[in-house]
Amino acid sequence: MEKFMQNPIVRWVEYRLPVFAFMNHQLVDYPTPRNLNYWWNFGSLAGIALVIQIVTGIVLAFHYTPQADLAFASVEHIMRNVNYGWLLRYVHSNGASMFFIVVFIHLFRGMYYGSYKAPREILWWLGLVILLMMMATAFMGYVLPWGQMSYWGATVITNMFTAFPLVGDWLTTLLWGGFVVGNPTLNRFFSLHYLLPFMIVGVVVVHLWALHVHKSNNPLGIDMKGPQDSLPFHPYYTIKDMYGLGIFLLVFAYLVFFAPNMLGEADNYIPANPLVTPPHIVPEWYFLPFYSILRAIPDKLLGVIGMFGATMILFALPWLDTSKVRSAKFRPIFKQFFWLFVLDVLVLGWVGKNPPEGMFIIIGRVASVYYFAHFLVILPLLGKFEKTCPLPESIGTPVLGGGGEMPSGAAAAKREKS
Amino acid sequence: MTNSTSAAGPTGAHGEDETRRDFLYLATGAMTAIGAAAIAWPLVQNMNPSADVLALSSIEFDLSPIEVGQSVTVSWRGKPVFARHRTPEEITAANDVDIKNFRDPEADSDRVQKPEWLIMVGICTHLGCIPLGQKSGEPKGDFDGWFCPCHGSHYDTSGRIRIGPAPRNLDVPEYVFLSDTVIKIG
Amino acid sequence: MMRAVMGAAAAAIVFAGLAGPASAAVGEIEKQNWSFDGVFGKFDKAALQRGFQVYKEVCAGCHGLEYIAFRNLTELGLNEDQVKAIAAEYEIEDGPDDEGEMFTRPAILADILPSPFANDNAARASNNGALPPDLSLIAKARTGGPDYLHALLTGYVDAPADVKINEGMSYNPYFPGNQIAMPPPIDDDAVEYTDGTPATVDQMSLDVVHFLMWAAEPKLEIRKRMGIKVILFLLVLTALFYASKRKVWSRIDH
Repeated sequence: MEKFMQNPIVRWVEYRLPVFAFMNHQLVDYPTPRNLNYWWNFGSLAGIALVIQIVTGIVLAFHYTPQADLAFASVEHIMRNVNYGWLLRYVHSNGASMFFIVVFIHLFRGMYYGSYKAPREILWWLGLVILLMMMATAFMGYVLPWGQMSYWGATVITNMFTAFPLVGDWLTTLLWGGFVVGNPTLNRFFSLHYLLPFMIVGVVVVHLWALHVHKSNNPLGIDMKGPQDSLPFHPYYTIKDMYGLGIFLLVFAYLVFFAPNMLGEADNYIPANPLVTPPHIVPEWYFLPFYSILRAIPDKLLGVIGMFGATMILFALPWLDTSKVRSAKFRPIFKQFFWLFVLDVLVLGWVGKNPPEGMFIIIGRVASVYYFAHFLVILPLLGKFEKTCPLPESIGTPVLGGGGEMPSGAAAAKREKS
Repeated sequence: MTNSTSAAGPTGAHGEDETRRDFLYLATGAMTAIGAAAIAWPLVQNMNPSADVLALSSIEFDLSPIEVGQSVTVSWRGKPVFARHRTPEEITAANDVDIKNFRDPEADSDRVQKPEWLIMVGICTHLGCIPLGQKSGEPKGDFDGWFCPCHGSHYDTSGRIRIGPAPRNLDVPEYVFLSDTVIKIG
Repeated sequence: MMRAVMGAAAAAIVFAGLAGPASAAVGEIEKQNWSFDGVFGKFDKAALQRGFQVYKEVCAGCHGLEYIAFRNLTELGLNEDQVKAIAAEYEIEDGPDDEGEMFTRPAILADILPSPFANDNAARASNNGALPPDLSLIAKARTGGPDYLHALLTGYVDAPADVKINEGMSYNPYFPGNQIAMPPPIDDDAVEYTDGTPATVDQMSLDVVHFLMWAAEPKLEIRKRMGIKVILFLLVLTALFYASKRKVWSRIDH
């Protein structure tokens, strides 16, 4: 590193814009808690998933035509005629699913270990903003192939805007560019679908900036107190992230090459027909829990508010959770409620997949009420009444004994028995 | 700093010489590089012409409806191709010249497979306009061949540049005779 | 850790439940053994050629195949001359000519297979108002895919006594709603196979569905072959990453 920094060209650049010192500080020497587990891999995986979507998306846009009479055929042109077109398309469509899988795990990690608590509230909010932008991007992207589900999913969701009092109809017509979803809608969705990911990149940069201020949380939920609690990001976490990337790519490759349409809907291989509604309109799987909540509430406007509320309530999480203890590792009751919450979200997803009939209606309503109860009732009460376990002295203590040693060099520190 | 007894690889500490790269890291790095190349390939290759474009990279064309002295333009790879059924006078005029001082010396026999059929890409080699002379009534230039109105290039009955700014004769595409009257261009 | 495993198991179970939608009063679809199924799936070229023959002689009267070009048919195992001969049997509308008139000419390899009707309205007019769907993607556009298509084609039976069938419709236990506008399209020996295979309804259904799966997903074989190579490569690479990670982390206590 030092020989590199002495190179005259490097010094010329560095004097004018200290990029190399910056990269070293942020990616190499950057202190990371030494006790991170594999649940901390998912942030970098989300970043990689974003890059994959942008790269494949740009290349697909070389070949796609965003016009209502031509869009479906242009996608088939990509699948059949463009060299490796089928591969690019399946990577992009399954990549969206992988992106959401990774982001949801990343979010649940944050909920379990209290990563949203002070001083990381703004980091948490930026993450939620990224999630909202991802949801908008994915929704518009699904419309582009102009299949039956593209068209009718767009119709159902954009119709939600008519729920707003006074301005609802005007707003929806503005959004559509017509009296129904049609070619003007498709064209503007294509433009915005291309634009939004680059705005997501911007928010990710700020998200990483916020992260680097107070550094990562860790499984114990206690702050790093000194160099004995941390490791340099490179090589320890760079190599660990590469291993995580390998697993991610294995799962991704299985989907792309052996089950490319498993997470999709057969109806979207039928060209959009404004005069024929499919028997079951289903959004992509990552929207199902929110779709459930929307359908659970019988009132149109309240259903829309409920659906948005389900995401917005996460913004209030740092204040709703009143516990002084960050990590679920030391919160035995909260731990159980966390997993109940995860189960509740999965149930909501399963309900969303099915038609709103019979037992699905009741289960959907119970699960929706429980979703909000978790945030508005359970978490505030837990903070007050839960008996938490005692926290360890420091991050380094369980591993290194008293004191601990700096990790640089090949020193295999002997554990000192106190 | 004491070295651990087991690890023999680079320590990553500043300033230490890494005279022997660890085989594991080398293998991992090499395989990652292969993976990166494998990812890059489809991202480039998709830009090459797709299967439907390649399907039209060659066309078959029947010359039999073309009368002697008549010219027909056919579209090939998005470009116009001139197919002319030459008269005996045009063939003689094409051969009866001294090509030594031509800008692009080429014998007529090098430009045709059967002397009565002249097949050329109808794009002026100067800046890409389409020369006139295919339809009756259009100016044919001073050499009874083709005339490009954009900057005044004159081509003869063999499609060779005689006067004007064009640097090369009109290009002859690759073609074969599938039968006496059917050619495959491209 | 245990909690995480249980959570993951719960997720897997719910996820498996997500895969199948609730269906109403439709027959149980029998699973077939298609040669293109599974990690090593391949198309059976003989079946593809027989299936194309069934499509051409039976289905093409009403159903188009608008995403297949004649040049694609070489993938069935036919050589270029055979496909050119097939193409030459069809007339394609082209033009306008120099007079502004449209004209017809024999098809070439680059042309798309022509549809039997000029447009949807013409198709409906010829079929009592029903629109025979284009078959290019049908194998992917129906839940159950090839198994469903085969069940449908072989599943025509007389309607049960208590079910009223509307005018011009036929009863089929696999079709959603159980009434389908398409009458049973094939009888035994509707087609004479050039390779001598007996043309039973079941055989013709298997063959034409095989062909339709190719039509919907011509890149299936390449996709699976590439998938095997990619996953093997990734398994080795991930193992190398894991070993490197262990080696790097061995320097410290953790």
